[in-house]
Amino acid sequence: MGLEINHKYLKIIFYFLVFLLLYEPSTQAAPPDLGRALNDREQLSLQSILWPDGANLPAGDGSVADGEVLYRNKCIACHGPQGRGGAGGELAGAQAELTAEQPDQTIGTYWPYATTLFDFVRRAMPLNQPWSLSDSEVYAVVAYLLHLNGLLRPDDTLDATRLRALQMPNANGFDGIEASWP
Amino acid sequence: MNERPPAPDQAFNGLQNRRHFLSKAAAVLSAIPVGAAAASREDLAIESSQTSPGELFTNYGMPATEQRHVVRWISNNDAAPGNGISWTPLHELDGVITPNGLHYERHHNGIPAITDDQHELTISGMVERPLAFDVAALLRYPRQSRICFIECGGNSNAAWRKKPVQTPAGFFHGLISCSEWTGVPLSDLLEESGLKTGATWAVAEGADAFSLTMSIPLDKLLDDCLVAMFQNGERIRPSQGYPMRLLVPGWEGVYNVKWLKNIVLSDKPAMSRNETSRYTELQADGRARQFTFTMAPKSLITNPSAEMALPAHGFYELTGLAWSGHGRVAKVEVSADGGQSWLEAELNAPVLPKCMTRFRIPWHWSGQTAVLQSRVTDEFGNQQPSRKTLLERHGRHGYFHYNGIVSWAVDTSGRVTHTYPDAQQSGDENDPFGDLFMDDKWD
Repeated sequence: MGLEINHKYLKIIFYFLVFLLLYEPSTQAAPPDLGRALNDREQLSLQSILWPDGANLPAGDGSVADGEVLYRNKCIACHGPQGRGGAGGELAGAQAELTAEQPDQTIGTYWPYATTLFDFVRRAMPLNQPWSLSDSEVYAVVAYLLHLNGLLRPDDTLDATRLRALQMPNANGFDGIEASWP
Repeated sequence: MNERPPAPDQAFNGLQNRRHFLSKAAAVLSAIPVGAAAASREDLAIESSQTSPGELFTNYGMPATEQRHVVRWISNNDAAPGNGISWTPLHELDGVITPNGLHYERHHNGIPAITDDQHELTISGMVERPLAFDVAALLRYPRQSRICFIECGGNSNAAWRKKPVQTPAGFFHGLISCSEWTGVPLSDLLEESGLKTGATWAVAEGADAFSLTMSIPLDKLLDDCLVAMFQNGERIRPSQGYPMRLLVPGWEGVYNVKWLKNIVLSDKPAMSRNETSRYTELQADGRARQFTFTMAPKSLITNPSAEMALPAHGFYELTGLAWSGHGRVAKVEVSADGGQSWLEAELNAPVLPKCMTRFRIPWHWSGQTAVLQSRVTDEFGNQQPSRKTLLERHGRHGYFHYNGIVSWAVDTSGRVTHTYPDAQQSGDENDPFGDLFMDDKWD
């Protein structure tokens, strides 16, 4: 009996010694873990990106007519009358095909998504006052630009539903090289 | 020392095998006689700068006064002067590291003034824990350094034109620079945020007055991207994204989002303006290439180059830069006869992946006409194409990603001009005067 107890003792001591031999405290540094959790309000404030499926398109609407007034006041200096001929990008009035000697890469002939237009006007235009247009004003300017490209009628109004449904003429004109979408 | 047979200079139009040149140089060195007489104070050549104390210390140094002409050229939009570019003067520099004040710039709407204490980097979207990191916190994370180039997708775009533009090499091909970038691996921050299943892309957004957004596949962000806060040892300058920028090694410059503010994880790209309407390449058949991320192998001789003149017959070292967004430069070949014969140039160590590599080769000019070219092959066998091949492959309307072989013509007076050697076959007009200035309207 005493021998058995003694044997158990030896076993426990033996395993303890093995544990001591093999144990070494972790040398891997703990991650700094210094990020601050964003609250719901902050997360909402980060949803500026308008996705090609129309996600994040805000409420509001704007007419082609209102857009024309805004365009004359805020856009024409760089983009020219009718979206052509200014120092800024060529927006409308394409005359040459994409295969021509001097192709016209306008919104109507080149841009694959209308959501991109809303996203870009809202975040970057006009360059001297980005983020100055209200959401409805952005809808109006986008409506006018789409009208200049023959994609909306003069009496049309644009909102999230109509913009999301709009199929751009060159939507299938792109080949993803190192990534593809969709 | 065994004398090597002379390099067949005629066959290579004056290009010399580097090893042959070195063995000759060694022979010359060993023949220098050693003087015998001791010189008196009056005999010694002492410059005036050695006879009185010099200028005092400065807090931040500047180049030599006579080097103040080594500057970036600026090309911006008249109507929106914060929208444009400035070129690195590659033709004035040597080595591979670009001085911070000469790093090329592409701003879409000016350089924002942001201080550390007003800036946060957020990670949101398809993550378990949306997080914000202030600058003080980020500076406590383990950092890594990468020496790599950043090249604008629109670099060398003037080469798509039918006539060769005549301008110094840097003001044509200098939308590329190379620095040591130091910062926090983005993978560490993404890990802390906890990626949700299905997240395959992220959109990076800058805090400039363009709120520039670019979509990047997650695999790349986890592979080798940094939130860079230091450039060549000092904190990144405002023009390079202070307080932080995204570093996306080997990829188009526009993905290296400056003033990095938000990273939004997603299962798709945002299709932002600069990944659809711009930075895509219209092909001859009317279709466009999109998501062309990697900057393909490219090289050019920076000295001598366009608008220079060889002052005398004799020895010249041809030197230039080579790089590939895929990885390391494997070899650079140089031709002095418009591509009829090629010799391999010496590469300066270290040869790093996705980094500029300096190459050099000796050349003897005895007044003959020459067309100087370089072509690079990277470690994966990707080779810089001839201009003709590039035009056949992609047409002329791509605007971005020009990486054709660059040709400099040397005439009998030593004048160096930009030329298109196979102009007729490639449909170019090789007017030696070309277009005299760039008239790009940056938008």
